[in-house]
Amino acid sequence: MENVDAMKLDGAKKEPKVNYLTNGFSLKSWLLTKDHKRIAIMYLISVSVFFLMGGLYAAAIRLELLTPASDLMESGTYNKVFTQHGVLMVFFYLIPAIPAILGNFLLPLMIGAKDLAFPRINLLSLYLYWIGGILTLYALMQGGVDTGWTFYTPYSTTFSNSFVMAVGLGIFINGFSSILTGLNFIVSTHTMRAPGMTWFRLPLFVWAHYATSLVMILGTPVVAITILLLAIERVTQVGVFDPAIGGDPILFQHLFWFYSHPAVYIMILPAMGVISELISSFSRKKIFGYEFIAFSSIAIAVFGFLVWGHHMFVSGQSIYAGLVFSFLTMVVAVPSAIKVFNWTATLYKGSISYETPMLYAFGFLGLFLIGGLTGLFLGSVGLTVHLTDTYFIVAHFHYVMVGGTVMGYLGGLHFWWSKMTGRHYSEFWGKISAMLIFIGFNLTFFPQFILGYQGMPRRYAAYPEELQVLNIFSTAGASVLGVGLTMPVVYLVHSLIWGEKAEDNPWMLSGLEWRTSSPPPTFNFDETPIVTWEAYEFGEESGLDIDEARREAEVSPAA
Amino acid sequence: MSEHGDTHIGLPGYFGVFAILVVGTIITYYVALFDLEWIFPGANTLVALLIAFTKMTFVVLYFMHVRWSSKLVWLSAVSGFFWLAIMFAYTMQDYLTRSIIGR
Repeated sequence: MENVDAMKLDGAKKEPKVNYLTNGFSLKSWLLTKDHKRIAIMYLISVSVFFLMGGLYAAAIRLELLTPASDLMESGTYNKVFTQHGVLMVFFYLIPAIPAILGNFLLPLMIGAKDLAFPRINLLSLYLYWIGGILTLYALMQGGVDTGWTFYTPYSTTFSNSFVMAVGLGIFINGFSSILTGLNFIVSTHTMRAPGMTWFRLPLFVWAHYATSLVMILGTPVVAITILLLAIERVTQVGVFDPAIGGDPILFQHLFWFYSHPAVYIMILPAMGVISELISSFSRKKIFGYEFIAFSSIAIAVFGFLVWGHHMFVSGQSIYAGLVFSFLTMVVAVPSAIKVFNWTATLYKGSISYETPMLYAFGFLGLFLIGGLTGLFLGSVGLTVHLTDTYFIVAHFHYVMVGGTVMGYLGGLHFWWSKMTGRHYSEFWGKISAMLIFIGFNLTFFPQFILGYQGMPRRYAAYPEELQVLNIFSTAGASVLGVGLTMPVVYLVHSLIWGEKAEDNPWMLSGLEWRTSSPPPTFNFDETPIVTWEAYEFGEESGLDIDEARREAEVSPAA
Repeated sequence: MSEHGDTHIGLPGYFGVFAILVVGTIITYYVALFDLEWIFPGANTLVALLIAFTKMTFVVLYFMHVRWSSKLVWLSAVSGFFWLAIMFAYTMQDYLTRSIIGR
């Protein structure tokens, strides 16, 4: 029962000790830090800035689509606005959000390590992210890019007069940030687990990040090379993608989607890892089918590489290839479904509570289900002919990316906020915000399924008048979503100063990250932990006397 | 990594590998001057790729020290090429079957 003692001793009552936040206050101590937690906090601030900017572009899109005519901006400007929304959101928010912030902060804590395997490379990842981001922002401020975030050739290589090269270079550099983060996670998971932390005692969050890292390492170099080839063709006129000089534009799509489809799993797999933690924690129940969820993450990472052609059903690829990719697309639905079924089974007879993170987890389940199932529509070769390049696709991938990744990210951020900052946020405002986001999201994107089915194409600033009602719904929903997403910024920042001090283990859980102080010390643990319990253990086997700790917390609440 | 000091091939070895890479590049250039299409269509490309693959193997084994690395590193290296093979194979299943469209 030494952990019980540790829990009592490390509680909020004891004298404040130096933690990673108070260990140096100078700018240098942050910019040259090798501490994974500080790097995660800097990612949090940077990624939030990019999310805000991407959100402003989204607001501009929805405002333009409030009326059928192209009256707020001309078509050329609209092309740039939706491109920049996509570039910022995909490459600078969705891909790094959970791995770089929550993964960076939590992975060493969860495996019982002092830091990641390569702390300097971790800092390098952050700097590469900044350099890539600044270069991209420079290009956007100079006039932007109008190719769509997919940079399809030959438009991007031959015809576009926008800043394709600069944005491409920004994404190219940013890709290396992703690769290095993945490398760090894989090596850390293999080599730095605490004694007793076997592979099957790892939190599913770590399994999900391991699978994500595989995709980052195996996929990202391909898009980097693709962008390089695009630059070579644009500058030197060597025919790679442009048919006029001997290239093949569909080759670009093959190479681009070989990375960019698995990139969807870079976005969603970490969110799935977060949801596994949340569902188990707020059901007070051991996760159902641990091994199945763990291996389904690996299966998604592997099968995710075999389905890219479903983005190209109508692009000119052969019908035979279309059929193969369609079949494989159906296959990748299986491991995703395994996860959803196992989460649902975990809820069954669980002691469910409805704190803010759990609301996000429920939101994830509903939205990902709709996003996933509509993906099957689009994976069917026949049906997709009708739906390609319509708002149905826009709605589908927002349900997966926003409904999945953003809900997972916000759920995780709220769940671990007390550990990261040592402060509690307002549960009241947290719940209001989570519900507003869920309602606003559905109001924004569900009408787009209908709009797409009725034939409204994506990437146009004008549309027929009969489609205006649903577009008004969508814009109204975006306003609600905007308010919902702004609220956490206010109450989370508020909590940093005025929030209640957090206990070390506010949710009464057995994971290693909850067995150190809030916020953790620079090297995470005063002594290397020895793991003797299974993952998601809620009984006495976990070594934590939950009931006793709860009684103590009630008797002497945190100041 | 200290064990590498005992097992790597030293400067002469590295220069040897470098020489192989240079010779490979020269052979690639000269082979490209001959039309090998009479053997079978795409023979030029195949020969160029074989030379490139040989050069790449030397780089991975000696410059990247994989030859002296653990089995886990071997597995990582092999899986990288396996992934490359997947990309080529599934891309080619498009290109090689386009001619049967409409039959």
